[in-house]
Amino acid sequence: MNILVCISNVPDTTSKINFVENDTVFDKNGVQFVINPNDEFGLTKAVWMKESHNANVTVLTVGDQSTEPTLRKCLAIGADKAIRVDCNAKDGFSVAKEITQFCKTEKFDLIICGRESIDYNGGVVAGIIAGMLDYNFITNCVSLDVKGNNAEASREIDGGIETIECNLPLVIGAQKGLVEESDLIIPNMRGIMTARQKPLETIQAQNFDATSENKTYHKPDAKNEVKLVNADEIDKLIDLLENEAKVI
Amino acid sequence: MSILVYTESENNKFKKSAIEALSYGKALAKKMNENVTCVSINSSDFSDLKQHGADKIIDIQNSSLENFTSKNYAEVIHQIVKTENSKVIILSSSSDSKYLGAYLSGKTESAFVSNVVELPSSLNPFLVKRTCFTNKAFSTTEIKSEIKIISVSSNSFGIIENSCDSEIKQIAIEIGSSDFKIKNIDKQTGAVTIADADIVVSGGRGLKGPENWHLIEKLANVLGAATACSKPVSDLGWRPHSEHVGQTGKPVASNLYIAIGISGAIQHLAGINSSKIKVVINNDPEAPFFKAADYGIVGDAFEVVPELIEKLEKRAQ
Repeated sequence: MNILVCISNVPDTTSKINFVENDTVFDKNGVQFVINPNDEFGLTKAVWMKESHNANVTVLTVGDQSTEPTLRKCLAIGADKAIRVDCNAKDGFSVAKEITQFCKTEKFDLIICGRESIDYNGGVVAGIIAGMLDYNFITNCVSLDVKGNNAEASREIDGGIETIECNLPLVIGAQKGLVEESDLIIPNMRGIMTARQKPLETIQAQNFDATSENKTYHKPDAKNEVKLVNADEIDKLIDLLENEAKVI
Repeated sequence: MSILVYTESENNKFKKSAIEALSYGKALAKKMNENVTCVSINSSDFSDLKQHGADKIIDIQNSSLENFTSKNYAEVIHQIVKTENSKVIILSSSSDSKYLGAYLSGKTESAFVSNVVELPSSLNPFLVKRTCFTNKAFSTTEIKSEIKIISVSSNSFGIIENSCDSEIKQIAIEIGSSDFKIKNIDKQTGAVTIADADIVVSGGRGLKGPENWHLIEKLANVLGAATACSKPVSDLGWRPHSEHVGQTGKPVASNLYIAIGISGAIQHLAGINSSKIKVVINNDPEAPFFKAADYGIVGDAFEVVPELIEKLEKRAQ
């Protein structure tokens, strides 16, 4: 079984978000980049399937050379091979198209993306790949069980869980629940050493046109200071919510 | 050409988020001097759409579309986009609509821009404002493709009444057979979902254990709110994953978010930042949540919450 895990290289969840060059570019200064958390749940699941399904796991990112430490980490976690499509990622659409192009040269039974990246929050890449390749697609995926050419998966819906059965090839949008937070693999020294020997290939990008472009950024307005209410003045809180905030 | 809005329904009732998407679509249509067309699947009561500005309603009745699947629904909308010659498609931010939007984007080779919070500031270039970096920032994004798919962030635009006479057109659509089958849907009936809720009541580790969750549930019940929890609470298995809100959980964009016993880690605050009014109840005055909240009570949740419930119950009577 051949699995592709698409990796986005994102600022760590605790990063301070700032912009430079007249608020047109995200300020990478002092920011630690990590595997997108949703992708990491998917990667862990894929690594488990090496054991259970004799799977071969390739990780891929679309990005410049600065993304390589993140790919090396994926190899240390257990991926067999890493691919970097060499370009500056423009938008979700052009990234998805690069990945789709790659999937035409090498066939995968299962393509795993994160539900969305925690930086631009587009949530489009998995769906576009599925749409373009005409593969089955399940996002917000919280469980996956593959038997032969058949998959049973569940997806979080508003207010519940839906269980789906379909054939491979399949594209999923992974999130927490597919594996637990405590299941995430922290690479050990052996993993890190082996990762240095594993192949990390760079392939040329097709440089597809973007369909959207972030022109400028700005941060939300500074908040007013919290209004504190004494613990024995609950009526006052209710009054504020009713008459000042008008939310109850 | 018209602006197409996919208006999602459940049990013959259009979702609140769908009506918000329609309100957005109508306002955009006015700005562009166009009409707005709604796509309704397996619904029969169109009064809500007529009340909120639908110039035309495409009524599709098809038993193969009984359950939502992104592939089939994208196929339907793709066909209608072609027949109606639509250039702008408006979706809500429900989990089904975002699922659909991404797939439709691949099918139509068009931009899908999610989490949009305002009408376009310009039509040429087509510029929209959306949230990014999990609500820590906004971007002004140009949509460049000929067909533009937009999902409107919940509770951002609001619902605007706009009574009109809608033309209703029934369309028959052929759905091919598929190996993709919904086996089971496990859904709490009657409970308010986080996605559709005006008010969300959320509990953290400060509640000390799952046995104390009746406090959260009771407060939610008296307010007609959805219940949610912080990440540690779902990691500890006190509450299901589906209630986890925050950066790696569900986003919340309610009118009122009440956090009880949640310290307010940066990842949690990012996920709930789009909520309009935030209230925190915590016994630790140093909890970071106090910096992000509009109203706060420093106090013991086990004393404050029961009293709050009691007073709200009295008020409701």
